[in-house]
Amino acid sequence: MRTWVLGDNVDTDVITPGRYMKFGIEEIARHCLESILPDFSKQVKPGDIVVAGRNFGAGSSREQAPQALKQLGVEALIAESFAGLFYRNSLNLGLPALVCPQARRIRDGDTLSIDFSRSTITNARTGESLPFEPIPPHLLEMVRDGGLLPHLEKRLKCRTTS
Amino acid sequence: MKQTLAQKLVARAAGRGTVTPGEIVTCKVDLAMMHDSGGPRRVKPMLERLGAKVWDPSKVVVITDHYLPAYDEESRRIIHIARHWAAEAGVQNLYDGQGICHVVLPERGHLKPGMFAVGGDSHSPTGGAFAAYMFGVGATEMLGVLVTGEIWLKVPHTIAMDFSGEIARGVSAKDIMLFLIGRFGMDGGQYQAVEYRGSAIRQLPMQERMTLCNMTAELGGQTGLIASDTVTEKYLKVKIESWESDPDAPVLAHHRFDASALAPQVAAPHSPANTKPVHEFADVRPNLAYIGACTGAKLEDLRMAASVLRNRKSKIRLLVAPASLRDQQAAEAEGTLKILQDAGAELLANSCGICAGYGEHLLPENLVAISSTARNFKGRMGAASSQVYLASPYTVAATAVSGRICDPREMLQ
Repeated sequence: MRTWVLGDNVDTDVITPGRYMKFGIEEIARHCLESILPDFSKQVKPGDIVVAGRNFGAGSSREQAPQALKQLGVEALIAESFAGLFYRNSLNLGLPALVCPQARRIRDGDTLSIDFSRSTITNARTGESLPFEPIPPHLLEMVRDGGLLPHLEKRLKCRTTS
Repeated sequence: MKQTLAQKLVARAAGRGTVTPGEIVTCKVDLAMMHDSGGPRRVKPMLERLGAKVWDPSKVVVITDHYLPAYDEESRRIIHIARHWAAEAGVQNLYDGQGICHVVLPERGHLKPGMFAVGGDSHSPTGGAFAAYMFGVGATEMLGVLVTGEIWLKVPHTIAMDFSGEIARGVSAKDIMLFLIGRFGMDGGQYQAVEYRGSAIRQLPMQERMTLCNMTAELGGQTGLIASDTVTEKYLKVKIESWESDPDAPVLAHHRFDASALAPQVAAPHSPANTKPVHEFADVRPNLAYIGACTGAKLEDLRMAASVLRNRKSKIRLLVAPASLRDQQAAEAEGTLKILQDAGAELLANSCGICAGYGEHLLPENLVAISSTARNFKGRMGAASSQVYLASPYTVAATAVSGRICDPREMLQ
């Protein structure tokens, strides 16, 4: 389990280029980040974490961008800031997007552990603990349920059984 | 309590008298717009998994614009799903092959001041030009709207962009936005509401106002807004309610600019924030000029290009993809289209096309393009090695004529 550190303003066309949108998520994921990290999709492992600078996910509403990262097994996204639409999409897909003002202290290849109850990220290399802004309370249950679809499924089931 | 236009729109949708920036509210959605790419083909399987129906089909609009013209098996399948799903879900508002969603939606009278709307596309803030709160959502969030008719929102602060004076001839809404994105960055909007105000904005026709609100996406705002006025009413051809910010309603920031001092702007690869005045790019010699997209090929945009291209020839390949069928027909009727074609323009379909990286005309390796579109991200419009310069339709046309990036103000007719 390792981190992949990206720069500022990494946009949705870099994450998942538009020309692949006609395909299913497995094929789209094969091209994830290919224009800046050609071997990313081959080397990323389940449990890895993607760390970025400012405005991660700028651009399109296409939720295949966070979905491709999730498909490849990425466990969480950490950034100094996220583009608003990408942030909503990530949480709606059950992929935690954590706003960490000190994200720049993380280096490519670092091993991190995330403590959701304390809203901190611990870096095994440096031993330091970086705070992140907690996921907004009204979205926490949805993220725990695995995203908006399973969350709605649960809500609709409750409605029919009650 | 004094309220901004954004607060008033959100308060109405949330069933509240007033709202405070930063609070989380649930809003009732008046209109949900989807296109073929992020719409039916993605929400249909999720609706089926839930066994749920659309909350109110009369409030849903489906517009095909991404995979048209269909050019292979996958694109034909995606368009087929959009058409059939609309029929199956009882959605009567299907516009098939009529143009790009953000242009077709107001053109067909679906937007009115005071509305709260979502669109399955990041350029959905375009609707804010009509004093409607409209913003983009992803497919799963759209599913939530389709099932519940509601969506959560963090009440935005307002960032006021105030342009006094009057923009010069040969300068347009696209130049205003490239300037603002260059000045404040792609996250300058902070996912808040950006309101465009001032005498220069009041003088802009509706389609130019749409360009401002449209590119609020590149400025990083959740929505872009413009108060309703007689220009709005004239475009919509119906009596409208007045929606505007209270005078002196508190805003997060109030930026003031003199519009008359603004020169044409160009954004270099690979970001709309790489903006400088046009004269700094005089050495760049593109080999393709593209006038296309919701932000750059509406009737007003085609007229701008024509005002430069009249009785001139393009030195480089010039592609024009009018943003909607109606705009193309209007351009044809008034002679604008003929001017473009006489200058050597090749006409492409009324769809998103190259701008979004779809279709058969993607940019090849190492091509240098000047384009009236919204984004020049690496690899967006084709090969990762292609270079895209963003500019207004005036500047794209002037560049096509001279073969190098040049100031259109010297070539206006």
